[in-house]
Amino acid sequence: MAIATKGRAPNPRKPATAGRLRYRLDLHASPYLYIAPFFVLFAAFGLFPLAFTAWVSLHDWSLLSDEHVFVGAENYANLLTDGYFWNALVNTMSILALATVPQLLAALCLAHLLTFRLRGQTFFRMGMLLPNVASVVAVAVIFSQLFGRDFGLINWVLEALGAGRIDWQAGRASSHVAIAVMVAWKWTGYNTLIYLAAMQAVPREVYEAARLDGAGRLSQLFRVTVPMIRPTIVFTVIVSTIYGLQIFAEPQLFGGAGASGVTGGPSRQFQTLTLYLYEHGFNRGFEFGYASAVAWTMFAVIVVIALLNYLLVKRIRSSS
Amino acid sequence: MTSIPSARKRRAHLRLMRNRPGRLAYLTLVAVMFFSGFPLYYSLVVASKDNSALAQVPPPVLPGANLVENVGRVFDTVPFDFALLNSAIVSLSVTASVVFFSTLAGFAFAKLEFRASKALLVAVVATMMVPVQLGVIPLYMLMVELHLTDTLWAVVAPGLVNAFGVFFMTQYLRGAMPGDLIEAARMDGASTFRIFWQVVFPVARPAAVVLGVLTFLTAWNDYFWPLIVLSSPEKYTVQVALSSLSGGYVTDYSLVLTATMLATLPLLAVFALLGKYMIAGIMQGAVKG
Repeated sequence: MAIATKGRAPNPRKPATAGRLRYRLDLHASPYLYIAPFFVLFAAFGLFPLAFTAWVSLHDWSLLSDEHVFVGAENYANLLTDGYFWNALVNTMSILALATVPQLLAALCLAHLLTFRLRGQTFFRMGMLLPNVASVVAVAVIFSQLFGRDFGLINWVLEALGAGRIDWQAGRASSHVAIAVMVAWKWTGYNTLIYLAAMQAVPREVYEAARLDGAGRLSQLFRVTVPMIRPTIVFTVIVSTIYGLQIFAEPQLFGGAGASGVTGGPSRQFQTLTLYLYEHGFNRGFEFGYASAVAWTMFAVIVVIALLNYLLVKRIRSSS
Repeated sequence: MTSIPSARKRRAHLRLMRNRPGRLAYLTLVAVMFFSGFPLYYSLVVASKDNSALAQVPPPVLPGANLVENVGRVFDTVPFDFALLNSAIVSLSVTASVVFFSTLAGFAFAKLEFRASKALLVAVVATMMVPVQLGVIPLYMLMVELHLTDTLWAVVAPGLVNAFGVFFMTQYLRGAMPGDLIEAARMDGASTFRIFWQVVFPVARPAAVVLGVLTFLTAWNDYFWPLIVLSSPEKYTVQVALSSLSGGYVTDYSLVLTATMLATLPLLAVFALLGKYMIAGIMQGAVKG
């Protein structure tokens, strides 16, 4: 296939003026035609909705009524005085921290292990990535069973070890831990592979030098590897943060997918921001204006956190 | 092994020894493998039991004999056959579209010269950071306007292109596509699109497989948007059908986890066949990204 055009006789048609015009058009204009589908479709179904969210958020806008009254910042004012919003923000941050920090540290250590000359490299890599294949819904359902109060395997193990049973869903801290475990289980292996790829790109000589200086394996990891792959670490931190701020399926299904799922437990102990958005936007009354204010606030939070990440890294870089 | 190794060989050997993992490393990795695999295995155990068996102390750890019965119950409770079909339609359309448009754009960015191409590529990369999920409300309003709510079109539309795909194919074609081949085809009078179709696409095939697998997986597992835009059970994708099963006051776990197994098995099959490519794709994307 690759050389099919070569096998044929050269096109004998000498470019006449019309042909030449077509040739020039093809050469200079067609590239824009090839990248256009991406930009057009992304603008239509990605960028435009996100930008239009800001406009909707300034209105009293509901699917059920045709009138959209401009209310200025009223939705935002209501949002910032709603205790449930702050509750959801705190829950989201807590779950994010619990899920991301241990996960990325574990991924770093595991990637370090995988840089050794192991038997069964492919097997270990496949095994690491296996949890990532399961959908968030599957993960949430499986772990909701494992974390069950009465018949869950985890409570049974805890009891057998002499620790008491935990009603994982009931408590704020315990439910956050359970949800963080779901997120970490799905993504640790994925991040491990990303770190492994970055580590393999570090020149061997750097390690040789560190070894001659008598650095052990662990100090090699933290003194040599981590500084060398810092851009990758920053990338994973930002991506995990953006993902973590939008956690939805895990808490929704952990709460049982019904009314208790939408509120993140009966006393909203694990309602995240996206669940709060969903509750207002699609679960009761289609309050699109208010839900858009939630979305745009989340967007602002994401931008601020990304900027903080960037500044932090810049500072570390300039100080070292 | 009886010959005396030269000093150089010995040094190389020592280096290997240092790089060789101890027993602890293997133990750690085996433990990680156990924790990776166990939840999936355990859902098979639950899926093959009836609910009374799950209430036993100690809980069961070996598969039982009720799998077929549970599968029957899943299909009686929700139209899971529709759900599997809907998910297949959505995922395959999204995959075909993403692979085609990404390769097309990647070819333009990697091999064609045009004004502002660098700036446009930067724009593509920047869009990867945009949390488009936050635009669901206007997206939903858009689908209402187009009369597409509760249709598979609405599910497919936002997935038709993605920035990662364009970036991934650009990087691949930059390295893998010889410029001479394109020039030669041009000399033969082939149009740019014909060059794309007959010369570039075959070269891009290995990367297209990787991108295809990753895209298929993401599309199959998508949940938030389908949940919002689909309302009738016969339109549900697998993930939405799965979550509809786990509602209610008391969750019927053997039913839900049987459905989970049914939803996950196609992916496990894909993973067993093409997992190596996925790993390669993730690792390539990491180094270049």
